Amino acid sequence: MQKSSIAFWCGAAVFLIVVLVLTQTIRNEYPFFAGYVILQFVVLAVAWSILGGYAGYVNFGTNAFFGVGVYTAVLLIKAFEAPLGVQIAVAAVIGSLLGFGVGLLTLRMRGIFFSIATIALAIIIETSVTNWRFVGGAAGIQLQRPPVMAPFDTYVKMLFFVQALLVVVAVATTRTIQNSRIGRGLQALRDDELAAECTGVPTLRLKLLACVISGALISAGGAPAAMYLQFANPESAFNLNYSVSVLAMSLIGGTAHWIGPVLGAVLLGATQQLLAVTISSEVNVLVLGIMLVVFVVGAPKGLIGLLRRAPSRIGDRK
Amino acid sequence: MFSLDLLRDAVVLGVLLGCFYAAVSIGLSISFGLLDVPHVAHPAFLVLASYGVYLCNDQYDIDPLLAGLLIAPLFFLLGLVTYRLYYETFERRGSDAAVRGIAFFFGIAFIIEVLIILQFGVDQRSVTASYIGKAWRVGDLRIPIRQLVAFAVALALTVFLATYLSKTFMGRAIRAVAQDEEGLRLMGANPVRIKQFAFGIATAVLGIAGALLIIVAPVEPTLDRVYIGRTFCVVVMAGLGSITGTLIAAIILGVSESIVLTMFGASWAPAISFALLLGVLAVRPQGLLGR
Amino acid sequence: MNRRDVFGWATAAVMFGLMSGASAEEPPIKIGMSMPQTGGLAGGGKASLLGIEIWRDDVNAKGGLLGRKVELVVYDDKSSASETPALYAKLLDVDKVDLLFAPYATVPTAPIMPLVKQRGLLLMGNFSFQVNSKIHHDMWFNNAPWGPADSWANGFLTLGQKAGGKTVALLSSDQEFAQNIVTTARDVTKKIGLQVVFDQAYLPSTVEFSSIIRALNAAKPDIVFVASYPPDSAAILKAVNEIGVGDNVKIFGGAMVGLQFAAVMENLGSLLNGVVNYNTWLPEPSMYFDGTKEFFEKYTKRAIQAKVDPLGFYLAPYGYAMGQMIEEAINATKSLDQKALAKFIRENVHKTIVGPIAYAEDGEWKESATLEAQFRNVKDKNIDQFRSAGKQVIVFPDRLKTGDLVTPFEASRGN
Repeated sequence: MQKSSIAFWCGAAVFLIVVLVLTQTIRNEYPFFAGYVILQFVVLAVAWSILGGYAGYVNFGTNAFFGVGVYTAVLLIKAFEAPLGVQIAVAAVIGSLLGFGVGLLTLRMRGIFFSIATIALAIIIETSVTNWRFVGGAAGIQLQRPPVMAPFDTYVKMLFFVQALLVVVAVATTRTIQNSRIGRGLQALRDDELAAECTGVPTLRLKLLACVISGALISAGGAPAAMYLQFANPESAFNLNYSVSVLAMSLIGGTAHWIGPVLGAVLLGATQQLLAVTISSEVNVLVLGIMLVVFVVGAPKGLIGLLRRAPSRIGDRK
Repeated sequence: MFSLDLLRDAVVLGVLLGCFYAAVSIGLSISFGLLDVPHVAHPAFLVLASYGVYLCNDQYDIDPLLAGLLIAPLFFLLGLVTYRLYYETFERRGSDAAVRGIAFFFGIAFIIEVLIILQFGVDQRSVTASYIGKAWRVGDLRIPIRQLVAFAVALALTVFLATYLSKTFMGRAIRAVAQDEEGLRLMGANPVRIKQFAFGIATAVLGIAGALLIIVAPVEPTLDRVYIGRTFCVVVMAGLGSITGTLIAAIILGVSESIVLTMFGASWAPAISFALLLGVLAVRPQGLLGR
Repeated sequence: MNRRDVFGWATAAVMFGLMSGASAEEPPIKIGMSMPQTGGLAGGGKASLLGIEIWRDDVNAKGGLLGRKVELVVYDDKSSASETPALYAKLLDVDKVDLLFAPYATVPTAPIMPLVKQRGLLLMGNFSFQVNSKIHHDMWFNNAPWGPADSWANGFLTLGQKAGGKTVALLSSDQEFAQNIVTTARDVTKKIGLQVVFDQAYLPSTVEFSSIIRALNAAKPDIVFVASYPPDSAAILKAVNEIGVGDNVKIFGGAMVGLQFAAVMENLGSLLNGVVNYNTWLPEPSMYFDGTKEFFEKYTKRAIQAKVDPLGFYLAPYGYAMGQMIEEAINATKSLDQKALAKFIRENVHKTIVGPIAYAEDGEWKESATLEAQFRNVKDKNIDQFRSAGKQVIVFPDRLKTGDLVTPFEASRGN
């Protein structure tokens, strides 16, 4: 266990250093503009899979948590001109509270009822924000960025680095859960909730914990988006596309290991950005939908499932 | 601005609206209520049907209701195929399937939405017919005729299906397979075939419901998102599998929406169905007249 | 060396000369923008774009600007606010355009204001309303005849007051344009002493207005001021036709976008009668300037081919004027420097096909030229009727008036 931990943290450090070097060497802003979105989806997919992957509860309200993150940032900017770090931290807190609320409310719901309930909550939250004049209502709100800090020469590059930090936080959290008692409890819950309860697994507490952590991370990942676009409106912040994309990325990547959502997010995210630039944003969503259906039907364990099968043809490797 | 007149108007229109919601939800009552298929793509099929009706009306000048009847058989076939695909891939394979089944239908819904956008664009589409644009005066209340048409058709559809499921042989077989699949198999009937047929009927009904959708108001590709809430709210509130329950639940939803719309403003309307749904799920998950 | 070698070398030399000649030709000047080509605003966006394209062709026929051809880089923003920030980032960092035009209308434009301010870029506006009021960008030049912020609502509401109205109903879409305008309307009602009896905002995606109109009627207003975008404008008029607004309403309309698009006008036909709504350009004698007539001749021919708004009154000439102003600025300053161009545009009066244009501090026109016109005697399914006078009678401002307001509203519809 120790060795793989060291390997992991070294990998994380290398990742961050590479990101930092990129921001200092590449002049054009667009790669960071597009790269930010990919990193953001890694955070969201990894966070989602805590509840959706390990526990098997398909949360379709990802867009609600994301939107709450964005609007927490908007509120803090408008009322207090709060710095980015504060925006993210507060968003995480609000996200965790929301996650707790969702968990409590959906205590006894399983399967599709849970999913529909999460959609319901998402719409109710979106409608409430739409009716809130102070943060702009349905019309939306324009936001101005504060001057950027060294060593970054543009704000977008800084946001890119910040999102990379969030990736490390999200992945580390998920990895810790996966390797701990919590992770095993969640998997037991997923396989057969009744049996798990009978053998003493505290299913309720685990579910709530998963909701809280997942929610906190998703909202934290959404907070920088306010400054990224410099504009927020309920239609884009609470867009259902976030829910579908994150679901697709996690299922396509594979939910058994934290590397699955990372793979799925990077692959799909990059494809999306490429398609949006070269063709259109619709074809983007079409590809996502088709890949989701194809993988769900044909490769239920996702990409990591496919990758694991390959070596066993050559020879047995554990 | 509270007035008894306004409230009365809201209730009357709410009932009309409610019957329309019943028509668009009946299909789900069968596919999800009776067959337990997590059919989140139901509203997407509904919107697809309405675009089909639009095509018939726009290109060939066919009356929208007639167009709905024409595309119903096509949708029946679509239903057969969809159920077969779903059954082969998910229902047979056990544990993980629940999550993937839901994801599958979400994927289908999105694909349909995007295909509609690519084909028709994001603009609103509407149909023309002799009864669209006129209103019927009752005292000082003016009821748009298109809503009366939707109400009448919806009522007819509900009555027809309720009768079908209780009086005909096939209908009773469908109800039986929902209650006790094993028993049915022991009696020599093929439950999968029956379920497939039922799903086909549920989807065919969507063809007609799609016509009603575009008669009542213009449609646009992302309309399915709003209707996920409404249709599932109605079906869950009704209690899974009850057709008459669907009508009652739909009327409750219609009247609630209408009152909020008139009294509190339009911006809270989308949340009503979902709030009701959450309430029902939390308090009485088996619905009003459930199984 | 034999003759073949000489021939070979000569060919090579000629080719080399041609190629260096070709590479010595200047790269084009790229003007980037998004434009609503699908979605609710498309009827206007396509007409506006055609106006700009006609200007580009005219300028290139004259040899371009600074010896370089002008090229337009256009993306479809689908009339949505969510698309534009990414599209404009793409225009700047991937397509590397030299100049920016804003998309048609307020809703797609509002999101990119912080971006252009932060990067210090010149932005030529295209019919937005008050998008700069909170940002205060000093290189923003709106191309629309609104003038001072409350002049629009003021025109409509004073008309209503003069006709005897005392109470106002405000109905607005919950989006940037309509909210900006209805805010000014509220201020005007306070200033001129009208009482607001109904004030509601509806979601932009609303398609069914019977309940809202019913609630509005229950408030019994004298004046109904509506701020809406094309799909809702049409739906509102259809609802009004179905259930009516009551006989006490003296004037209905005000800021309904879309009733200027030829396709919408043709579709609604007689449902338009009696509505008093804003407009910008109508085929009246006082509205013709240098080049206006020629522009419309070119436009009408191309519009019919391109299946775009065949009238083109509302937006197309202003798109052309946008180009004219930038052309003048580039030729005068002999550069593409954003600051120099902005300074020139700010400090001069510009002669365009829609008349002389001068800018105030906030980037709006110094003088308002917004018209309020009443639809009269409009028949169904006839687009060409609008080319002749008398269908849209100008009732405000006085200096451009061609008729008096017919009131009350229901009576003027011939009901």
